[in-house]
Amino acid sequence: MSGSPAAVPVLRLEGVYKSFQQTDVLRGIDLTVNEHEVVALIGASGSGKSTLLRVINLLERVDDGRVWLQGEDISDPRTKIDAVRARIGVVFQHYNLFPHLSVLDNVTLASRSVHGIPRRAAEKRALELLDAIGLADKARDYPDRLSGGQQQRAAIVRAIATDPELLLLDEVTSALDPELVGEVLDLVRQLKKTGTTIVMATHEMSFARDVADRVAFLDQGSVLELGTPAEVFGSPREERTREFLARIPR
Amino acid sequence: MTTTAALTPPARLPSTVELERRAFRRRQTGRSVLLGFASTLVFAVLVWMFVVNTPGWTQVQQTFFDPAVALKAWPRVFDGLLLNIRVLLFSAVGVLIVSLLIATLRTLRGPVFFPLRALATGYTDLFRGMPLIIVLYLVGFGLPGLDVFPKVPSAVWGTVALILTYSAYVAEVWRAGIEAVHPSQVLAARSLGLSHGKTMVKIVLPQALRKVTPALMNDFVAMQKDVGLISILGAVDAVRAAQIETAATFNFTPYVLAGLLFVLLALPMIRLTDWVTARMRRREQIGGVV
Repeated sequence: MSGSPAAVPVLRLEGVYKSFQQTDVLRGIDLTVNEHEVVALIGASGSGKSTLLRVINLLERVDDGRVWLQGEDISDPRTKIDAVRARIGVVFQHYNLFPHLSVLDNVTLASRSVHGIPRRAAEKRALELLDAIGLADKARDYPDRLSGGQQQRAAIVRAIATDPELLLLDEVTSALDPELVGEVLDLVRQLKKTGTTIVMATHEMSFARDVADRVAFLDQGSVLELGTPAEVFGSPREERTREFLARIPR
Repeated sequence: MTTTAALTPPARLPSTVELERRAFRRRQTGRSVLLGFASTLVFAVLVWMFVVNTPGWTQVQQTFFDPAVALKAWPRVFDGLLLNIRVLLFSAVGVLIVSLLIATLRTLRGPVFFPLRALATGYTDLFRGMPLIIVLYLVGFGLPGLDVFPKVPSAVWGTVALILTYSAYVAEVWRAGIEAVHPSQVLAARSLGLSHGKTMVKIVLPQALRKVTPALMNDFVAMQKDVGLISILGAVDAVRAAQIETAATFNFTPYVLAGLLFVLLALPMIRLTDWVTARMRRREQIGGVV
């Protein structure tokens, strides 16, 4: 890695390969994400978006290639995997809140058990975050009592409660009713304003166009097209990108 | 998939970084295997040294681990074990039928079925609470005493007692499995016009079976050794045979022999349970190293 420390990207992937049995899911992914940048991954189902996010969070081991987080090679087998994951926030499509814990306990769990923050301080911070998104009155409720949109916003708060260096969003609105999508997307917009570095897989093209600094179109396991939303959506260079965008209602 | 296969270059060679990582992982694996082997060896040696150096070891060795006595007891104990296996097979089939019946009765809805439901509930309450030995005495000595049943070997009464007790436990396992099937499945089946009964047989029970297989197999393993308790009714099974041999020689080796045979009997089932459980876990979880 060359350049001054300031130029070190938050995330860098180089030639990442991953296959399951006979299926090659990722075939030589190169991608760089800089600080405060929001990168949207778009592409058809099975194009490798989710697998890519799982690779970044070390939930999948790469078959080849390297992944750097803040200049540190986290694809190296000597990496302390849990320590890396503690620095990355993840939000899943199906929220994955813990049903046996209250919203507050969901949000403070990592702060308390991984980062060793005392309960009082962790809860104070969590309540501030929940208050900011209007969920403070739900803090003591259990996740199943909340609407899908509220659950997903709680899940996002859980992911950012530990101030991660990178936030991964895996199709966070795909499981939501249309009228609940807006509140979740608004929260992501707020995160962008506060400077959070985000990589998100999404099917919401208008949202990607609106929020992302750059858009990566994944096709059959490789980044086929990468550029600003204006470039990728406005004048796609690749035939396959055009085909994909034509099929998507916007 | 044919198109991707056509696009894939025939063989992509791994990069030097990846090769180095693989070599590192191999070294790590080798090291942990070696470490595991060494620690096992040290542990085994320590335990052995301790046991052998206890003051009473020679005495215990003669009384419990005498090869000559074991050899002499072998034919009788082995014959007894065959009886255990026969009782086990009949009990297993009986438990499967009775427990399913009880579980189904407990899930019946509607006021008409109240007596059946209450009966099933009472049955599971009673037989899960009652110690197996007492059930064995009541059934094995009580029922023949009524003088209405034909004279049958005590092993048959032992089988009946085992079925009564174990059906109560296994019925609860079934019920847990039935209740763990998501209500939406019943909803979907009933929406197609399937009756309550057909919904149970075609939709709920197959899914319940998958959920409770490990628990059922665990209960089977537990029953495998409880079969030895029929000896208290006088049936000459492996335990009783060992007792007879022990009484003749004042040496407890036949008991150890019978115990080892029971372990050998249970081992295949235990391994099978582990394998089935592991396979189900693999099938229900997507990949990942978590």
